[in-house]
Amino acid sequence: MTADPGQAPVSVTTPSAAGQNPVLDIRDLSVVYRTPGGDVRAVDKVNLSLAPGEVVGLAGESGSGKSTLVYGATRLLRAPALVTSGSVTYAGRRVTKPVDLLQLRPDELQRLRWREIAIVFQSAMNALNPVLNVRDQLLDVIHAHLRMPRDEARERAGSLLDLVGIPRSRLRSYPHELSGGMRQRVMIAMALATDPEVVIMDEPTTALDVVVQRDILAQIVELKEQLGFSIVFITHDLSLLLELADRIAIMYAGQLLETGTAAEIHREPSHPYTKGLLNSFPSLRGPRRDLAGIPGSPPDLRDPPPGCPFLPRCAYGTSACEEVDMHLLQVATSKDPEHVTACPFVLPDTPAPPPRGDRQETAGQKIAGEPT
Amino acid sequence: MTEQATTLTSAAAARGELAMEAIAVSKDFKIGRGQIVHAVRDVSFNLYRGAVVALVGESGSGKSTAARLLAGQERLTSGTIKLDGKPVEVRHHDDFRRYKSQVQYVFQDPFASLNPVHTVRYHLERPLKLHHGKGANTDTEVATLMEQVRLTPAQQFLVKYPHELSGGQRQRVSFARALAARPTVLLADEPVSMLDVSIRLEMLALLDDLRQRFSLAMLYITHDIASARYFADEVLVMYAGEIVERGPAEEITQQPAHPYTQLLVASAPDPDNLGSTLRRGVNGTRRQGPQQTRTPERAATAGCPFSPRCPLAEDRCRREDPALLPITATRGAACWRLDAAAPELVPGLPGDVRTTDN
Repeated sequence: MTADPGQAPVSVTTPSAAGQNPVLDIRDLSVVYRTPGGDVRAVDKVNLSLAPGEVVGLAGESGSGKSTLVYGATRLLRAPALVTSGSVTYAGRRVTKPVDLLQLRPDELQRLRWREIAIVFQSAMNALNPVLNVRDQLLDVIHAHLRMPRDEARERAGSLLDLVGIPRSRLRSYPHELSGGMRQRVMIAMALATDPEVVIMDEPTTALDVVVQRDILAQIVELKEQLGFSIVFITHDLSLLLELADRIAIMYAGQLLETGTAAEIHREPSHPYTKGLLNSFPSLRGPRRDLAGIPGSPPDLRDPPPGCPFLPRCAYGTSACEEVDMHLLQVATSKDPEHVTACPFVLPDTPAPPPRGDRQETAGQKIAGEPT
Repeated sequence: MTEQATTLTSAAAARGELAMEAIAVSKDFKIGRGQIVHAVRDVSFNLYRGAVVALVGESGSGKSTAARLLAGQERLTSGTIKLDGKPVEVRHHDDFRRYKSQVQYVFQDPFASLNPVHTVRYHLERPLKLHHGKGANTDTEVATLMEQVRLTPAQQFLVKYPHELSGGQRQRVSFARALAARPTVLLADEPVSMLDVSIRLEMLALLDDLRQRFSLAMLYITHDIASARYFADEVLVMYAGEIVERGPAEEITQQPAHPYTQLLVASAPDPDNLGSTLRRGVNGTRRQGPQQTRTPERAATAGCPFSPRCPLAEDRCRREDPALLPITATRGAACWRLDAAAPELVPGLPGDVRTTDN
């Protein structure tokens, strides 16, 4: 498309964990929201790469910038959001040369969108058109992005439903006639309509029941292995990612605080925020343990505090944290160079300090491990 | 299929005195063309002061309808609800208001349940005035409420509108609003499921604190059975309008007896089980999924409602609906195939012959 045919892909990016060139490589991406009260730094110099066939989980609280990061990288944001720096290199199998999404002309971008990078949006009810039936919505995507005769497109719409386990009779159904799980499956079918290389999933199962959620996740994994796309999976539920993702990136206040394989994040979480997140959900199995959650709320990004953004909520925090330069460093105790943290002071085995008395709402935050 | 609630003691009973009873409560909805949805079928349970009873199940299982029946927001099709030992009879508007001052409801969505054109102060003053007269010192009471739900400094928050608050803060306002009526029973319908994972625990801890402080009888509705393990004394598992299993929270989550409870427990994300069933997907460890996810609305009309999805279902399950059978003094499950579903639990089945003739 933008490249001379026949030219071999040029390696312009760092190899990822899998040792392959990443299919999507976000470098130093910054996004601000222009507001009358000043710029909100929603995403601040974030690096994130996605290897072919990999599932990268992006976890963080509401307002941490995880959706903004991904929508910024795919140029889906509108004013007042503004991408202020960075590059997003896409190197799929169908493009002959890696391209920077942020530099593409609108027509070039249009050809890439959905065909190469598709998105499953969070709220299936809002993302589907209520006055079109399932077939028309699928056909819409197919005709917009693929050249295909009518009959073939219709057949493809049917086979897409087969793919996600919905009976073809549902092609005539309207969104309101489908259950929440089915709607989400239709969204997934739509994302897969063009056989994309990268599928971005923005909280695809958040509104669903656990049983349906598990079914859909299992189906996503199955389809991924069958069709070979890569996934960026956005959620605030870290427990889900630990099971699903290959690598996990923890985002807070517009920055990445820790990145590592799911196993490393689970076994040896290094950043205090990651530790807090892991201690935030009640576990169903194993002994009941004391759960603390994370007291406080994220900082105001119009006027971010100096140093570490997590400091006001951090149990380990010291005055040194106010001057720390935010960089991702390899976790000193980890053998994996890809396991990086933004906290230079705390290691996976650093014991948790006693709660600081001067912090508000420290008392009464714990749910006891044993019934009282 | 009459449920003998009397044969089972609630695991929550030890906490405090009986506050509210639902006795064989049912609710049918007519949905046109002569069709009827049995949203709640013959459900019985008790709420005790200072104790939490969790109602767990998927969307459409009838758990919210059950709570709305307790809240007096729906008319019962059959059954009785008792508050402090007396059957609830709402004939007049006044009766209803008196009832509401004792039984309060917290909604799932703090965006939808607060009025966008009113300040926080209005939301708290209104129930105070409605339930405790205009003479009350509302300013002090409002400040106290704000402190109780830890929205401090109160003066700063009282003048705000809902859209100026975060989800967690909004939900604190809903808690305060419910407390303003000084209720004895709090019905919390998925109070934390719209909130971020990181603040859910904080909010549950707050609810727990309020429960203790005001010795509230609490009904906690959730689809997250893991949170019920930590938060509740007794867990009731609902499926298609029926209670299919009940018992102490720890026992139910650690050793689920009913096949549906087992499915719920198995479906909960399990971080300690890295790359588990999900990753192994294609290697055939997972049964072909999508088709078996039936929503409860399509549950069987005869027999056990879970039988169409149940891996253990046999002829009898499709013909007869099992009653809740006691497993221990505080625990019961409604299943014909308990011997196969939970063999380690069933040998202790007290004096029951029905599972042995299979």
